[in-house]
Amino acid sequence: MSSAITEHRDETEHADHADEVRRLERREGWNRRLPILPALIFTIVVTQIPFLFTLFYSLTDWRIDTPEPREFIGFENYGALPDDKFFRDAAWVSVQMTVLAVLLSLIVGTALAILLDRKFFGQGFVRTLLITPFLVMPVVAGFLWKSQMFSATFGVLNWVLELFGFESIEFATKYPLASVVVVLVWQWSPFMMLIVLAGLQGQDTSVLEAARVDGATTVGIFRQITFPQLRPYLELGTLLGAIYLIQVYDHIDVITGGSPDSKNLPFYIAQRSIGGGNRFGLASSYSIVVVIASIIIANIGLRVLSGLLEDDS
Amino acid sequence: MALFTRAPKAEPILGQNRVIAHVLALLTWLIGLLFFFPLFWLVLNGFKDELDANSSPKLFFDPTLDRFSEVTEDTTGLLSFTEAFGNSFWIVLISTILVMALAIPAAYALAIRPMRKWRDVLFFFISTKFLPIVGAIMPLWIIARDLDLLNTRAVLIILYTAMNLPLAVWMLRSFFAEVPNELIEAAQIDGCSLMGQIRQVILPIVAPGLAATALLCVIFAWNEYFLAVQLNPVEGSTMPVWVASQESGRGNFLAKLSAASVLATLPVVIAGWVAQKRMIRGLAMGAIK
Repeated sequence: MSSAITEHRDETEHADHADEVRRLERREGWNRRLPILPALIFTIVVTQIPFLFTLFYSLTDWRIDTPEPREFIGFENYGALPDDKFFRDAAWVSVQMTVLAVLLSLIVGTALAILLDRKFFGQGFVRTLLITPFLVMPVVAGFLWKSQMFSATFGVLNWVLELFGFESIEFATKYPLASVVVVLVWQWSPFMMLIVLAGLQGQDTSVLEAARVDGATTVGIFRQITFPQLRPYLELGTLLGAIYLIQVYDHIDVITGGSPDSKNLPFYIAQRSIGGGNRFGLASSYSIVVVIASIIIANIGLRVLSGLLEDDS
Repeated sequence: MALFTRAPKAEPILGQNRVIAHVLALLTWLIGLLFFFPLFWLVLNGFKDELDANSSPKLFFDPTLDRFSEVTEDTTGLLSFTEAFGNSFWIVLISTILVMALAIPAAYALAIRPMRKWRDVLFFFISTKFLPIVGAIMPLWIIARDLDLLNTRAVLIILYTAMNLPLAVWMLRSFFAEVPNELIEAAQIDGCSLMGQIRQVILPIVAPGLAATALLCVIFAWNEYFLAVQLNPVEGSTMPVWVASQESGRGNFLAKLSAASVLATLPVVIAGWVAQKRMIRGLAMGAIK
């Protein structure tokens, strides 16, 4: 809240002493920007400049395993993309994996947050149990599910299946995409849960009580009061979840080793370039497509969030 | 009765009925235990013989610490436990210090003495997170190779700093924004210098937020695998690479791998347990405020 108040005051000051503020700002402008510069420059050098290289590579036929010189071929790599079956498959896996993992984590996380948002014996302990999967190293999470839960011979899941008289299934081979998504949801619902929990606990209880006194039903209160208040938190969860889940690599590597049905674009790109494929030019064009798609999605996401920021102030 | 329900502070969403309250509490416990079960099983397997681990699931067995000593004392592979732990420790520590050193001034400037268009700057930082790392991995590999940085700790320190910086700026800004402007103005009127303001007014208020942010950076850096395995797959590498390398041995390795997993996971799990509430408050406030 305090930032909203300061900002509001800043604006009235702007109106009142616009000239003086402008003069001060000019003098202070560099003093204010200076502390940001190191972080800004570091970020640009390490993340943006390599990206420009990728853009350049994507316009060449560069293979790192042949002595042939790197030749500029324009948009040829991009032109070939629509006919590239492996690229299309990987792109489709990326879409399915990201959407499924984000949505399911959000749903499970919200349900868990609502369950946790009440006083009961051991509340803090259960919350701690629930967030732990998020803290686990993805490599460990993948290994643990693959060989100790999914496995047909030693897996607990199959042991339970057999208990009920079903045949055991080698989940990671038979349902590779679903297996990876299950592990992702296991790790990310706790994260969503904590964000939604922060939203629920920031609720104004007097409003809720007033609604209850006025005879509102539980469902009505949730739909009309709680949900609108939770919206920014749900959007934040979606945004952060998407940022990380679009880039999933570790889980795939460990659980399926990148079998065709579970190979997303990041995995495929690494495989075709530094992972031994050596086709730096072609793989770079894949990267650029991923980046452009991410930027489009991110822009929509950020615009929604910034719209909320504007409403507040 | 009193065992399960304490006096409710705020009205919970799901009704007031006593019986329902008990059922829901029980359900929450069950789900919590279910979510934790795979980790419980992992720890259990770490204490088993390979024979017990590599059979149909067993709950009762003779627990042994042998697997833990095996994985920590084994030095036959490219990367031993002590090497990996040391590498991870230094890489995570130094990159987190760098992140904080870069992010604190930036967050201070964005929150307490905001310039015009500060929101655009903040969005720029966040938007760099949207650039999937695969978009830069090839040039990074080439640059690292040409600078002789492949298989060094330095390359991971630099990249983990860049990886965590946007998140840190975002979280820290929201913690800095919590400092009441009146306090800073009062300190200014009392003739307090800038450093004095920072040390005596601002730091005490944001200190818990700084700790939470640093911990989140530690967690992400400690668990990172993709960059580590691509740019630094051998002796200079980190714990996730060490865990993954435990799989490739001959014969049965399930119990051994479980023990290694437990050792690799424990430090950040404990850190996360300690910081859980603040971490999320910072993340949530970053966007909402």
